[in-house]
Amino acid sequence: MSQQQAIISKGINWAVIWLYLALVAIGFLAIFSVEHKPDENVLQTLGGFKSNYSKQLLFIGIGLLVGTFILLIDSKLFTATANLLYALGIVLMLATFVIGKNINGSKSWIPLGFMNLQPAELCKIFVSLALAKYLSRPETDFRKPQSQLIAAAIALAPAVLSVAQHEAGLALVYFSFIMVLYREGLPPAYLIIGASLGVLAVASLVMEENTLFITLSVMAGLALLFLRRRIRRKKSILLMIIAFWAVGVGVQRFAVPYVLNSAFECYQSSRIMSMVGKEYDCSKNKHTKSDANANKKPAKKTDDYNVKQSKIAIGSGGLLGKGFLKGTQTQGNFVPEQHTDFIFTAIGESFGFWGTTILVLLYGLLLFLIVSMAERQRSVFSRVYAYSVASIIFFHVVINMCMTIGLAPVIGIPLPLISYGGSSLLTFTILLFILVRLDADRQMVLR
Amino acid sequence: MSDYNSIRSRVIRIIFGAALLIIIVQLFNLQLLSTQYGIDARNQAIYRKVIYPSRGLVYDRKGRVILDNTTLYDLIVIPSQLRGVDTAAICNIVGIDTAEFKSRVINAIIKNGRYQPSIFQGLLEPQMFAQLNENLYRIQPGFDLIERPVRKYPYNAAGPILGYLGEVDTGYLRRHPEGGYVRGDYFGVAGIENTYEKALMGQRGIEYWLRDNKNRPTSKFENGKNDTVAVAGSSLSTSIDIELQALGEKLMANKLGSVVAIDPRTGGILAMVSGPGYDPSLLTGSKRKKNINAFIRDPRLPLLNRAVSATYSPGSTFKTLQALIGLQEGLITTDFKVSCSGAFYGCGTGRPQRCLDYGTFDLRGAIRLSDNTYFATVMQKVINNPAMPDIDSSLNTWAKYMNAFGLGHKIGVDVPAEKPGLIPTAKFYNKRYGKGKWNYCTFRSVSIGQGEVNVTPLQVANEMAYIANKGWYKIPHVVDSIAGGDQFGLLERFKEKHTAVTIDDSVFEAVHDGMQGVVDNGTGTGARVKDIVVCGKTGTVENYAPGGIIKRPNHAFFCAFAPRVNPKIAIMCVVENSGRFGGTYAAPICGLMIEKYLKDSITDKGRLERIEYFSKLNLVPDFIYTDYKRQDSIDHKGDTAYLRLKGYLRIMKDTLGLEDDPEADDSKTDVNKKTELPKEDSSKDKKDSNAASNPIINNADDKKKLPVPDKKDSAQ
Repeated sequence: MSQQQAIISKGINWAVIWLYLALVAIGFLAIFSVEHKPDENVLQTLGGFKSNYSKQLLFIGIGLLVGTFILLIDSKLFTATANLLYALGIVLMLATFVIGKNINGSKSWIPLGFMNLQPAELCKIFVSLALAKYLSRPETDFRKPQSQLIAAAIALAPAVLSVAQHEAGLALVYFSFIMVLYREGLPPAYLIIGASLGVLAVASLVMEENTLFITLSVMAGLALLFLRRRIRRKKSILLMIIAFWAVGVGVQRFAVPYVLNSAFECYQSSRIMSMVGKEYDCSKNKHTKSDANANKKPAKKTDDYNVKQSKIAIGSGGLLGKGFLKGTQTQGNFVPEQHTDFIFTAIGESFGFWGTTILVLLYGLLLFLIVSMAERQRSVFSRVYAYSVASIIFFHVVINMCMTIGLAPVIGIPLPLISYGGSSLLTFTILLFILVRLDADRQMVLR
Repeated sequence: MSDYNSIRSRVIRIIFGAALLIIIVQLFNLQLLSTQYGIDARNQAIYRKVIYPSRGLVYDRKGRVILDNTTLYDLIVIPSQLRGVDTAAICNIVGIDTAEFKSRVINAIIKNGRYQPSIFQGLLEPQMFAQLNENLYRIQPGFDLIERPVRKYPYNAAGPILGYLGEVDTGYLRRHPEGGYVRGDYFGVAGIENTYEKALMGQRGIEYWLRDNKNRPTSKFENGKNDTVAVAGSSLSTSIDIELQALGEKLMANKLGSVVAIDPRTGGILAMVSGPGYDPSLLTGSKRKKNINAFIRDPRLPLLNRAVSATYSPGSTFKTLQALIGLQEGLITTDFKVSCSGAFYGCGTGRPQRCLDYGTFDLRGAIRLSDNTYFATVMQKVINNPAMPDIDSSLNTWAKYMNAFGLGHKIGVDVPAEKPGLIPTAKFYNKRYGKGKWNYCTFRSVSIGQGEVNVTPLQVANEMAYIANKGWYKIPHVVDSIAGGDQFGLLERFKEKHTAVTIDDSVFEAVHDGMQGVVDNGTGTGARVKDIVVCGKTGTVENYAPGGIIKRPNHAFFCAFAPRVNPKIAIMCVVENSGRFGGTYAAPICGLMIEKYLKDSITDKGRLERIEYFSKLNLVPDFIYTDYKRQDSIDHKGDTAYLRLKGYLRIMKDTLGLEDDPEADDSKTDVNKKTELPKEDSSKDKKDSNAASNPIINNADDKKKLPVPDKKDSAQ
């Protein structure tokens, strides 16, 4: 018996398990502090599974069961079923269009009775596995643009479906796979171009249309001026400059307005515009127009309120915080969606700068553990999978924290392992435990 | 390949590290560097709830509560919970239509938001409260009744003394930053409510509550660690005799004027009546604002506390003081006699002047019959005192005595809005006429209490206390003690005996003799009380409308103390513009008050009838009715039918103005006015009437030099 136990636990990275447990515990206590009222009977509420924290406790229980089960599975199963699971995920996502349940305006949930499952969450696991599977195929040569395109398609297919489900926030998560692709040999030019496009997009939001157009034209003109000798020698440089200029103007004139007015919902566009200190005119938004035709719903409350309350809650925490269950903003329900997307504010208010810093460092430790685990893998499958997990967690943590402290627009993505929510907790549990299982078997085979 | 991988791995690690570092820097900035968020959090999450303690009670000298607290109810509405409330029931009970209902709810939302209670109807009438209370189940949870403590006057008396509460205004908030008042709080506006605000208000408690995003208080902040408990206001024990006060108010009904009664031994005010009186309970409760506005517009000025805020020439009541000064300075003796057989000299013109009164008087007789010549002579002696270097110092010596008697300056009573009155000094006359350009004749009328000299009723009553005590007084005051001790030192000044000048007892005895004569068989027999020796002095005060040209009916004055030995009450009564003499109206009122206080009750049938007679007697002067009519016609300006009905407007084309209308005069209600008093006043009253005429009238040259009398009717 003990021998068998030794085999199972052999090679398991306990540090990751402990970190996982610590974060889940912190999450439970944070949700508890959001919901608990002084006159509440805790045991009774826990037993009744009425409150969010008692449900979260149930999810944690389920998560631990699932995690233990994964640790008992042979890791070969993951490589074998990767593509199948990916297909299942896509089918589930498509199924939401038929049997989906509408929660908060997004029809991306499948009701399971005791909880609502969000396939877009689970798809993160399937994409990670499928991407790992594709890149680890001996016949895949990632230096070929064709392979790069297929990899990108695998990663972004669920994102497209997410946008269609009005869950643009979740869709953005899938862009974090670009980090995995970079690690696997995507030329840095992509990153540079991506970054440039990002700057251009922000500039289009911030700057006046024509000013930016003139700026771009002047930049192109200057490039022509300085490179005129080399252009004489090599005509393709001229073409490149013209192409850059055309893409720049295209992004500024068409792509950004299209994304704002058609891809994003009105409230998302408003959040993005409010980040750069501007107001978004919802009447331009395609969704608003169709919504307005369907049912005359008033425009959502501006999101300045969320961010302001979030910053007040965190900012008022000070160095040491107000103490557990003593946060005035938390107790007064001032922060909207505090148990889910804004759970970080409860920690910030109750435990202050020390608390938030320790939490950030815990996540940092987890990320660095995963990256170092990734780098010691002998199989490409495990390495790609590990980087996928790191990228997803990184993206969630950074965007979620940044939106609560006013550095990123409010897009509804949860804080991994801490925010309330069964789908999210289960997804991250599975992601991590598969990684731990793969890592434990790193010596076994070369895949 | 390995190098290439490790570089990319390192880049990813750097990106991870950099992003997390940025988050930590921003957290450092939010949580440690900026202080604004802490303040914002406090402001929105912590609600500072002020707990109002009950105000202190006020007791009279016999321990009866004369100012109490009671609870009225406000009907409050919480707009967010209006669904399912029986709107029709509310509208029926409150007596409004649905449009008004809607507008009130909208106002409430604008004022306090949807989740906070707002007042729907404040300070409910008892009947409306009972109806609402019965129907509470139909109107909850959108509506509720909440308690509102208000003041209650159990005897409906003593309004001018007790005062009333009003809402704090911006000015008050600025002047009293330490009081912790906020907009909407109440404070004592008048009377001892105002003077003793610090003691009465108690100490407010503060509770810190956590509140939620809908502004609802949820629980105590830090379990009430920083809360302070409310301490109830201290109760005040006063020297007021509420029954005496009520009697005074009854006697002064339908009259302008004042009655002030003081216990000379303590300086405690027994009663302080200002006519016309008002029921102080009108200034509390649901109709408060409306009533105050009506009082402010009333030409009789009911909110003016005439006892301390109105100044009058003292008239003949001044003579007792003149006698004191003359005797004390050794310029006359108790046996000194003055006779005027037809002429009077000594104004520097060399020509004879008419006598003020004919006959020969000694001091006692002069006081008894209020002989003007006698006191004019005394004043002349005081002013032309050979012991003094010049006329300035003579007059200033006189003024010093008068100041010592409590005149010419604020006494320091604890009822607010006290006026100082005026005792003219050499400086005053030098300024008015120029140095050396005035002499005794210039202000001869002052010698008999006319002219520039001005006093308040309280000062006259205090002067009686001074004479009764034979040379000292304590500052008149209402409040004797504060429950829990005098923490703010409000009562210190009332303990001191004021004896600025020393005057021999024999001098007082002579004056007392004269004053006893006044009541026994002089000008003030109306003040007689069976078995009690009353010492008094009448006064009939000439006065003019503002501007000093149009003469108005005389003020009737009477002041007294009783009994002569061991005096227990010093009293003063003035009836403005009553016409006739001080002995006619003021003396009987004082007599009844003295009897009530010293005998505790009046049982004699004749005396009771007298009380009823005075309570019905209307002595409000004609010009007040003219003012009423003007006010009324302005209020109904444009309502021709009303104006014509009232007789303000007889024929449209004839008079459009608001001139005096003889027909309308007849319609006024002072029926009692012309009826005669039963024959009880003495014919001696005539003596006083001479005071009405100017002392110097038969000299045409002098007459020109005379100043136009200063504004006398100082009730404004």
